[in-house]
Amino acid sequence: MAKYAEHEAVERDAVFVYSPEQLDYKFSETHPFNQKRLQLTMDLLNKIGALDENDIATPRIATDDELLLGHDAAYIDIVKRAGHGYLKEGEGHSFGIGTEDTPIFKNMHEASATFVGGTLTACDYVMQGKSNHAINLGGGLHHGFKGKASGFCIYNDSTVAIKYMQKKYNARVLYIDTDAHHGDGVQWSFYDDPNVCTLSIHETGRYLFPGTGAVTERGNGEGYGTSFNIPLDAFTEDESFLEAYEQSIREIAAFFKPDVILTQNGADAHYFDPLTHLSCTMKIYNEIPRIAHEIAHEFCEGRWVAVGGGGYDIWRVVPRAWSLVWLEMIGHPHPTGPLPNSWLERWQEESPVKFIPTWEDPDPLFEAIPRKAEIAEKNGQVLEKALYMIRHESHKI
Amino acid sequence: MIVEKIMKKDLFTLTPDHTLRDANKLMRENKIRHLPIVINDDELVGLVAQRDIKNTITRLLNEDQENMILETPIRDIMIKNPLVGHPLDVIEEMALIFYEHKIGCLPIVSQHQLVGIITDTDLLYNYIELTGATKPSSRLDIRIKDEAGVLFNITKIISAHNANILSILLHPDEKPQYQVISIRLKSMNPLPIIQDLRKEGFDVLWPNMPSMKQ
Repeated sequence: MAKYAEHEAVERDAVFVYSPEQLDYKFSETHPFNQKRLQLTMDLLNKIGALDENDIATPRIATDDELLLGHDAAYIDIVKRAGHGYLKEGEGHSFGIGTEDTPIFKNMHEASATFVGGTLTACDYVMQGKSNHAINLGGGLHHGFKGKASGFCIYNDSTVAIKYMQKKYNARVLYIDTDAHHGDGVQWSFYDDPNVCTLSIHETGRYLFPGTGAVTERGNGEGYGTSFNIPLDAFTEDESFLEAYEQSIREIAAFFKPDVILTQNGADAHYFDPLTHLSCTMKIYNEIPRIAHEIAHEFCEGRWVAVGGGGYDIWRVVPRAWSLVWLEMIGHPHPTGPLPNSWLERWQEESPVKFIPTWEDPDPLFEAIPRKAEIAEKNGQVLEKALYMIRHESHKI
Repeated sequence: MIVEKIMKKDLFTLTPDHTLRDANKLMRENKIRHLPIVINDDELVGLVAQRDIKNTITRLLNEDQENMILETPIRDIMIKNPLVGHPLDVIEEMALIFYEHKIGCLPIVSQHQLVGIITDTDLLYNYIELTGATKPSSRLDIRIKDEAGVLFNITKIISAHNANILSILLHPDEKPQYQVISIRLKSMNPLPIIQDLRKEGFDVLWPNMPSMKQ
């Protein structure tokens, strides 16, 4: 780690990794994973004057050698052939390719490798001290497995990027995943590794995909105690979510002492999200990056890489939520009040739902959910269980 | 499914001549709760459970007595003629034996030889696997009337969506004449399937979104 600790003055606060090729990751017109989210987000940032060409860094495409850090050669070969039309009927099924969740599309290897390359570009900016923070909203495909596509994800950019930062910069990485689905792919990649810590806060897998992420999944062998899971009940709402997030991230960062944090910013815990049931509002998307930013400065000299993730209400939720991550990175005050008219006008016609015209959600956004106190109490117990080992440890010291 | 698929074959055993001290140590070091007792060529003659050892030791009054007791040969405390199972026994029936006899393990014997052991932990894990919860999947609960052809109509809809089923469980509902079917689907997006099931009049219990206005 000392290698780059002496770097000269940081050139800038943050870079935004993006290229139009990121929009090529497209399964179909009706598939819930839709990267139009990126356009909507960037246009919103643009219209409030918070993002311009000088902020953009062009991603590279990850090489096969880089992909091999997190994936099997046989799997990469299947993805390449699928995208070029050379796969026999059913040949991809055992690799999760050509399924309802991950249908085959043209050049799927190139599009997926571009996401991975984007996250690697973001890591290089931060680890070489060229910027304090970097964001690649095209990344965050946390369900990708070593040899298998899963949950809309082909290559797992976070897994590859963490291995890359370990190898190239000898970094200790804390991965923080606030997507409503369990960050299974990244967790299993580092389940035995004591030098990578994974924290996933998600809706319980009792019903929701992928079903894993129980509080008892703590790592294995030497890595035991460096995987953390906080499965929250359906209908958790803001307050209980934020309690779990803030307490866990602070205590885990203090315990693990990372060199860099990588946050996965899935924006699918919102009440409007069609796939999940956590019932949160924009309040959490204000707080998640704010606290991550603090943690980065407190423990990692500011080193913070952020990626995207899930988020299936691409109109009313994702653009606002993801904008806030970037605004936090560049130290822009979090906006309140109306969204720019020009943005609303440009996109309203295309949107199947009516926009929320303000940065905040209306209060209340929905009718009160019964058993709120009980759900919060149960989540509190889960949090206590998840942190039991480190709380216990620190008593001994 | 049969027992030999899930039984443990690397076994820790002792003979009747070993002592309570040996048994205690072996269990503690290997985090196990049951020891089959064998003679000659793995012939099963008894079984010691941690519970038996605890019961013996907690009766103790002082250290001298404890030392004396720990020298007790296993043959004095082991269960002679324990219940045993066969590798070809069916797991569901084994589970019933565990439940009815309130026991924690069954040594598995074939041709007078101890060949394996299953414990309640193995049964529990087998149950978890049956539910499909260890693989990436979403779960749907549907309340159905207890009549012929219902399952076919459900799987027809799932199959039309090219979705893969990991597991199906059926359990009784609170309402008589109804059952709840839990299906684990290998998909992150069960919404189109839920929509079609509801269109066909199925009572999909979960995921449900109370007061959701879209």
